[in-house]
Amino acid sequence: MVRPTTDAERRIAEIVRTEGGQVLATLIRRLGSIDLAEDAVQDAVVRALERWPVDGVPDNPGAWLTTTARNAALDRLRREARRTPKEEAAMAGLESDPPEPVDSVVRDDLLRLLFTCCHPALNPDARVALALRTLCGLTTPEIAAAFLVPEATMAQRIVRAKRKIAGANIPYRVPADHELPDRLGAVLAVVYLVFTEAHHSSSSVAPVRVELADEAIRLGRLMVELMPDVPECVGLLALMLATHARRDARTDAAGELVLLADQDRTRWDHDAIAEADTLLTGALRRRDVGPYQLQAAIACLHGTASTWDDTDWHQIAELYGHLEAIAPSVAVAVNRAVAVAEADGAEAGLALLDDIAGAERWHLFHSARGGLLRRLGRTDEAIVAYRAALACDPNPSDRVFLERSVAELSAP
Amino acid sequence: MPMYAALIYDDAEAAEAETTPEQWQEVMATYEAFGEKAGAAGVIAGGEALQPPSTATTIHVQGGQGGDVIATDGPFAETKEALGGFYLLNCADLDEAISWAAQIPGAWLGRVEVRPCIDFSEG
Repeated sequence: MVRPTTDAERRIAEIVRTEGGQVLATLIRRLGSIDLAEDAVQDAVVRALERWPVDGVPDNPGAWLTTTARNAALDRLRREARRTPKEEAAMAGLESDPPEPVDSVVRDDLLRLLFTCCHPALNPDARVALALRTLCGLTTPEIAAAFLVPEATMAQRIVRAKRKIAGANIPYRVPADHELPDRLGAVLAVVYLVFTEAHHSSSSVAPVRVELADEAIRLGRLMVELMPDVPECVGLLALMLATHARRDARTDAAGELVLLADQDRTRWDHDAIAEADTLLTGALRRRDVGPYQLQAAIACLHGTASTWDDTDWHQIAELYGHLEAIAPSVAVAVNRAVAVAEADGAEAGLALLDDIAGAERWHLFHSARGGLLRRLGRTDEAIVAYRAALACDPNPSDRVFLERSVAELSAP
Repeated sequence: MPMYAALIYDDAEAAEAETTPEQWQEVMATYEAFGEKAGAAGVIAGGEALQPPSTATTIHVQGGQGGDVIATDGPFAETKEALGGFYLLNCADLDEAISWAAQIPGAWLGRVEVRPCIDFSEG
């Protein structure tokens, strides 16, 4: 046998990762068990690593992997001396059913898997882990590293979730229309959680962990591919693309956080912003606006503005107003106040900030107040606000910014 | 078909103190309506309403099988919300079980825990 070069192995690994989710999704439906399906797909991958360097990569690697995994599952089941009724049913299904996957079926299988992984009866942390593992093809150690938890903890979380899916009979199907709004919300939340974990980790020193954000966008693309007619799916992808487009400008050479106002806009990924803008325009045409589309609209307005001062602050303030009406939160209220400060002056923004209840423990609230007070020349009050922000235990990069602001204002 | 136990937890004593007879009748009527609907759908495989936890006796046999029988007054765990009753529901999957459980008055008067039963016919 020709020994595969590392390059070939890497290429195969990439194909497997791209096709793996589909293959697994189909196998889970046909076997009725995530564990059995994972074993079978693993067998197929081992076969691919043996065969593809010799025979070349097949024209349709997904179909090849699905057929090989099906045969591997049958072999495994036939070897079992004593089969459970479920395994008997799985075997009968595999033997009778022609193996060739059809595109529309593959699509439905992926959608089923997405909804099963994000089922509300599963622990939210487990939903994220399952989605990354089954749909993005990440390994348990990779997921553990991304979320900064011990590998054993993550493994336990996944095992428990899979056990619950099997034990409680969590169905492998796309929810009915009347259930869809709630269930879709859970799916979107999982994807967005992966993304925000990448961007706002308070536990990590680096402000952006790019890999996890890439996985979130990958999930977002898959979601849009599967549900192109759902505006909030498209809105979420647009939001992630437009936000992620600014990643290179968010930190300076020393790794310190750079505020949006001070970012070098030539370092933004303008292709990604353009893609987000196009996606969002299409979604908004359906006139079914939700929180993700509103946030995407805000991110796109920032992304397409040539400077901070050139930004359409009136429209951003208005969008935050809509967002506050349908999805009120302290963060939205603070952001709206900041936008109003840009549109109508610092006084107006500060008045809104001071009306927000329940934000005292959030460092970005005090940080925003500090910024507006500073602009109004109320230096002493600004220092007090920045100190209050520091007392809220901000993440390391925000801490650096706040300490620097206090130092600048305290200088004679 | 999988069977699920829908275990109804509520604070029966507080409910009794705060509920007027008319409200109580309404609750009972809602339970009856649920029983008729789920019964007609062939979902209910059994169920009972339990007397309050103050009527409970907890049994423990000390020293293994055949050991000393110790009976104590009251439920095993003294918590405000206690098991007040249960249904056994035949449902195709968890989603179906959740949708039925959400129609049990205990789900809004207290909470309902849905647990799959073990099917010993499956290896």
